[in-house]
Amino acid sequence: MSFRQALESGKFLVTAEVGPGKGTDVEHLLKDAAIIKDRVDAVNVTDLQSSVMRLGSMAVCHLLTDIGVDPVFQVTCRDRNRLALQSDLLSAWVLGIRNMLALTGDHPVLGDHPQAKPVFELDSVTLLEVIGKLNSGSDMAGNELKGAPEFLCGAVVNPGADNEAAMDLQIMKMEKKIEAGAKFFQTQGVYDLDAFEKFMKRIEGFNTKVLGGIILLKSVGMARFMNKNVAGVFVPEPLIQKLKDAEDKSQACIDIAVELIKGMKNLCDGVHIMALGWESKIPLILDKVGL
Amino acid sequence: MIIAQQKELAEIQDMITPYGKILLVGCGTCMTFCSAGGPGEVDKLAEELISENKNILVEKSNIPRQCSIKFVKRLENKVADYEAILSMACGNGVQAVASRFPEKPVLPALNTQFIGIKEEPGTWIEMCMACGDCILWRTGGICPVTRCAKGLLNGACGGASEGMCEVSKDRPCAWQEIYHGLKRLNMLHYLKGKPQVKDWPIHPGRVIREDLREVEAT
Repeated sequence: MSFRQALESGKFLVTAEVGPGKGTDVEHLLKDAAIIKDRVDAVNVTDLQSSVMRLGSMAVCHLLTDIGVDPVFQVTCRDRNRLALQSDLLSAWVLGIRNMLALTGDHPVLGDHPQAKPVFELDSVTLLEVIGKLNSGSDMAGNELKGAPEFLCGAVVNPGADNEAAMDLQIMKMEKKIEAGAKFFQTQGVYDLDAFEKFMKRIEGFNTKVLGGIILLKSVGMARFMNKNVAGVFVPEPLIQKLKDAEDKSQACIDIAVELIKGMKNLCDGVHIMALGWESKIPLILDKVGL
Repeated sequence: MIIAQQKELAEIQDMITPYGKILLVGCGTCMTFCSAGGPGEVDKLAEELISENKNILVEKSNIPRQCSIKFVKRLENKVADYEAILSMACGNGVQAVASRFPEKPVLPALNTQFIGIKEEPGTWIEMCMACGDCILWRTGGICPVTRCAKGLLNGACGGASEGMCEVSKDRPCAWQEIYHGLKRLNMLHYLKGKPQVKDWPIHPGRVIREDLREVEAT
């Protein structure tokens, strides 16, 4: 079943993601993808995540289609103007890529080439609009395409925005993204189910699917780092303590993810698991939650 | 106004190495207000250059604006006596002087930063990128093209933390500022408007006012 079919079937969705590395070695990444391929509905491939120069998302998405994974092509607006974005999307389509996720992208200054010129000519909303146009057979300038794609488009939302203004802005942008054609949303990592429930109540009635973000909590250091440095991610102290007290950290990581996914099953339409190299643990987690 | 900062002394010395006689020119408008190239900075730089190299001759001059040919003409009777002009103007002024005296090397003593204002003593912030299509009327008087690090036009990116931008904790999230500004004005509905894409003008820019061209021709 393709990701689009899964989405339309109404089942509880499970997606994961892989991050291409720096260089041409794809052995590990393909191994990780193979481990999870029969357990997830789609696998996202990040686009120069954290503004670090790496192997590109499009090529890796294409390699995933070769091994029977339905990839989600993550496209940020950081590095490409409207010409390059549209061309890459057409290229992705002819390479067998059917789903894409529109993101603004981190600022280059956060990555390993901080002097790079940021582009951001389009943003996540207008990128979605442009894909809608490509899907309908014309480019952004209104020129007709000979052969059009039919992308399934998604977007992201940060349910953990840390103040009223930030949250209102997130919701307003989410509405614009839905209007522009986002059929699914993958959220930033969630650790506080009560806060997530409030968020889901606020967007009740929005005509889209929401996949709650699960970032596998690999260590206490990682939790503290995210609390300090990752916007919208907040790991509550009791969870950090649980990880600290655990003799088997890997087991605690799995237990935490299982609890979160169980909680989300009643709140949203699916989960998006960001395993950050621990993809091999995903099947066990899904076994435990019965997915 | 235009904000600039003086270059490192070592770089200025590098630039003037081939020349023994320098005409150092200050600029009396923006560069004076931003304390980068006014009479005080001209005096200080002249002293520093002479103290580093006793053989150099530095003549000081200050004109109201180097970006105006009318004022640049005041340098005409001085320029012949010097091997190079060291300009304490913004890049605009440096080029205006260079175009008026094409036979002389015109050297920039400053690095032009941006169009901005003084936020507090010793701090200047960028406010306008001269993008050619002002939208301040629907963004609460705060420019997202300039003050959002990504120049986003359709709302915040999600990278802000405690109201500050992801690029640096000393820069507020422009979109949160816009949100607060519009809320105060009861104009939050502007945030829900049709998504915008910016159409960038061609550089180098050129403004043509036919009405004024005709007047000057007659």
